Amino acid sequence: MPLQTPPLRGIHDERGAKFTEFGGWDMPVEFDSIQTEHEAVREDVGIFDVSHMGQIHVTGPDATTLMQRLTSNDVTRLAVGDSQYATITDEDGQIIDDTVVYRLPDEDGEATYLFVPNAGTDEATHERWISYRNEFDLEATVDNQTDEYAMFAVQGPNAPALVDDVTEESVTDIDRFTATMATVDGVECWTARTGYTGEDGFELIVPATEAEDIWAQFDCQPCGLGSRDTLRIEAGLLLAGQDFDLESNPRTPYEAGIGFTVALDTEFVGRDALESAREDGFDEELVGFQLIDRGIPRHGYDITNMDSRVIGTVTSGTMSPTLDQPIGLGYVPSEYAEPGTTLQVVVRGQSKKARVETMPFIDTV
Amino acid sequence: MSFDIPDDRRYLESHEWALETDDGTVRVGISDFAQDELGDVVFVELPDDGDELSQEAEFGVIESIKAVSDLYAPVGGEVVAINEELFNAPELVNDDPFGDGWMLEIDPADADELENLLSADEYEAQVA
Repeated sequence: MPLQTPPLRGIHDERGAKFTEFGGWDMPVEFDSIQTEHEAVREDVGIFDVSHMGQIHVTGPDATTLMQRLTSNDVTRLAVGDSQYATITDEDGQIIDDTVVYRLPDEDGEATYLFVPNAGTDEATHERWISYRNEFDLEATVDNQTDEYAMFAVQGPNAPALVDDVTEESVTDIDRFTATMATVDGVECWTARTGYTGEDGFELIVPATEAEDIWAQFDCQPCGLGSRDTLRIEAGLLLAGQDFDLESNPRTPYEAGIGFTVALDTEFVGRDALESAREDGFDEELVGFQLIDRGIPRHGYDITNMDSRVIGTVTSGTMSPTLDQPIGLGYVPSEYAEPGTTLQVVVRGQSKKARVETMPFIDTV
Repeated sequence: MSFDIPDDRRYLESHEWALETDDGTVRVGISDFAQDELGDVVFVELPDDGDELSQEAEFGVIESIKAVSDLYAPVGGEVVAINEELFNAPELVNDDPFGDGWMLEIDPADADELENLLSADEYEAQVA
């Protein structure tokens, strides 16, 4: 199957980006160097093209009910402009995907939502919404608008000032996890104070046809998926398909350390299983660790206890550019999850000592 | 983008270079093209002095932030020196792949093995 391309594939190529396949998309992985891009975001500001993220638009008299039944968080808490992190779970309470749900301005007097599923999952997610809408006999329009929008993330301590310069309206007073329609170069963009780096900043959902002009307004370091990954690991944020995966590594939000996305006082697919999981407790949980010995943890490496018994698997790992230390995430039995616990990670057949750390690895907003 | 490919040395298809020194040992590293493909090098694992390698045997591992790659010996022989600087400063491989970013020196068991390697022109044709 040919890869999907972001609207600015050609612009990034001219800028000298290297590309990688991610979730069926051909995305820039690196513009200059991961280290340079990472530092720009931690210390100044950088911009990411994240147009591989999906956009699904839901409106109509039963839009709220449909969103409530298919996401784990409580959408009735959202006023216009608010957003929330949520999971999409199956009947067993296992995470299918994680997403951010935005409440857009009402359309025709009806509550309206936009949510952002992960790369390559938009079609299956759209089908899931349609299928449950029909099964529950709800009146709601569900549109997959992934191809109509590009999405840019402007992140870093100086991101608010830069975005404020570029938008006609002032955006510096917008709180975390809220959003507004702001005008960039005459084009309305959904501008949200969200991100995936642990830094302050905004994500802008922009019409694909205007993407080039809007991208050009931001005079800052372009960043690829490589630094996006190192930034999010340091911030202890999960990557779908890697830190949880319905097929290869099914996990509940509780195991994944995002129990705060579960509103058990709402009705949603997976709710009953999650209530039981919470009552029964869970045996394993996601921890962050730092390697003490020389080596770099990578996805799929075994985690053992100090007696070399395999107790888990690394789900994400890297050399942390900020800390200059090898760090990783992985699931271990709860008795090994306490910060300070020593473990081992098996790197090419050799056991390397590691220590469970308090998450996130760095100070985040 | 063009890459440095000095013609004073020979190359393996897997992007290692081999440079015969005045005392007859063979110095080994990776090419400019290889360091650029890897990106920021953050970790290098090398053999010990005295280890015996055969031609094209795996002698170590190089890791960038995004990738892990095996390293192969351009010639067989005994390892007589390793570049310990790389343990503290792996970025030398990015900064100076043909100079300070060298990895090891081999006392070749059979100096003719150098002749099996790619010339700079042949290597350039491969990476072009």
